Amino acid sequence: MELLSFGKTGWGDELLIATMMTIAVSITAMLVGFLFALIFTPLKLSKSKFLNLIGNSYTTVIRGVPELLVIYLFFFGGSGAVMYVASIFGYNEYIEINAFITGSFAIGIISGAYSTEVFRGAIQSIDKGQFEASKVLGLKKPVHFFKVIMPQMLRLAIPNLSNVWQITLKDTSLISVTGLVEIMRQSYIAAGSTRDPLFFYSFAAVLYLLLTYFSMKLINNLEVRYNRGY
Amino acid sequence: MDFELMINSFPKLLNATLITLKLLSASLIFGLFIGLLFAILRINKNPIINKFAYGYSYVFRGTPLLVQIFIIYFGLGQIEYLRSTILWVVLKEPYWCAIIAFSLNTGAYTSEILRSAFQTIKPGIIEAGQSLGISSKIIFYKIQIPIAIRQSLPAYGNEIILMMKGTSLASTVTLMDLTGVAKYIISTTFKPIEVFIVAGGIYLFMTFIIHNVIKFLEKKYTY
Repeated sequence: MELLSFGKTGWGDELLIATMMTIAVSITAMLVGFLFALIFTPLKLSKSKFLNLIGNSYTTVIRGVPELLVIYLFFFGGSGAVMYVASIFGYNEYIEINAFITGSFAIGIISGAYSTEVFRGAIQSIDKGQFEASKVLGLKKPVHFFKVIMPQMLRLAIPNLSNVWQITLKDTSLISVTGLVEIMRQSYIAAGSTRDPLFFYSFAAVLYLLLTYFSMKLINNLEVRYNRGY
Repeated sequence: MDFELMINSFPKLLNATLITLKLLSASLIFGLFIGLLFAILRINKNPIINKFAYGYSYVFRGTPLLVQIFIIYFGLGQIEYLRSTILWVVLKEPYWCAIIAFSLNTGAYTSEILRSAFQTIKPGIIEAGQSLGISSKIIFYKIQIPIAIRQSLPAYGNEIILMMKGTSLASTVTLMDLTGVAKYIISTTFKPIEVFIVAGGIYLFMTFIIHNVIKFLEKKYTY
């Protein structure tokens, strides 16, 4: 227990901050994922074969390639790509991107592929009559989407989104390879300097379990909320 | 685009794919046994056995695979007692540590898949067996298990693909699998996109094969 005390001698405060970092990265990645899902879900549902192909390749490639490989791509390729874009605008200095941004972006793209599939499934399982009814009523497109489709879609999507959240949360452990100090990285540092890997990695496992447990509780509440009236 | 690098790195990556496939097949075989065992424990009526099996699958599904592999590879070596037993022969090898971690992980997911398959078997089928006077052991092995395997094929196919992606974590414990070699080439040449395309292509090809084999099996065993 001494190892977990706060202050200079223990690792308690460091691990607490690292846990906050894991939560921050997970939430950012999830939001980035929603952004990607917002772009790619319409593509997958579109009637155009070409747009379909773009949407399908995104989800197929990301879901068929290991997360670690995607992270390496962003970790080694990220600053190169940004520097290339900057050089077009005449900026030739070295740019290093923050590990937090690279990490959340990489995990976000992965999480987005899963979210896209969830949203696609949810929209497809909404009763066709709903689409027709809102058309017949002459609702404008934004009203149709935000007031008719979205609330129904969310209700259907939440259980599966909670799976995506779990996957995203666990995937953030992989960002430790880029040096971002989240739970895994902090445990690695602590294990290295105290020579007690068994304790610190087991403690990391407990932290992840707590995170998944409490986030599931929260999501269950949301589920109940969105299921009112059903 | 550096096409020369892509062509040159292809044989190296293909060679590393062999390790990925070895890790995958070994973990799947062990994982299937673990999964079946824990699925049977899960449907046991004894609450202690039941809870134990649930706890196992909860812990392994609720923590990242990376933590599991680190605990087994870095953590277990710390226990002095283990170092003196025969187990140490296995645990000092990163290759076997990876397989143990992957098997335990996929075993947890497989047990969930099989459990839900067992629970969706219609009671009428079992009752029919009983009324024909078939012993409960034979009902289990010849009726319940085959039906459960068929039921769980689609979900198990997904699990195989997830596990294939999971084997990439072996590169974090010094194994040179497909991802490990890809990372090595990226960090020596600083050409991430080219290497990603080749390595990702190999992974996608494997996903494609697994997907189609499962689809074929699903069709074959449809009743």
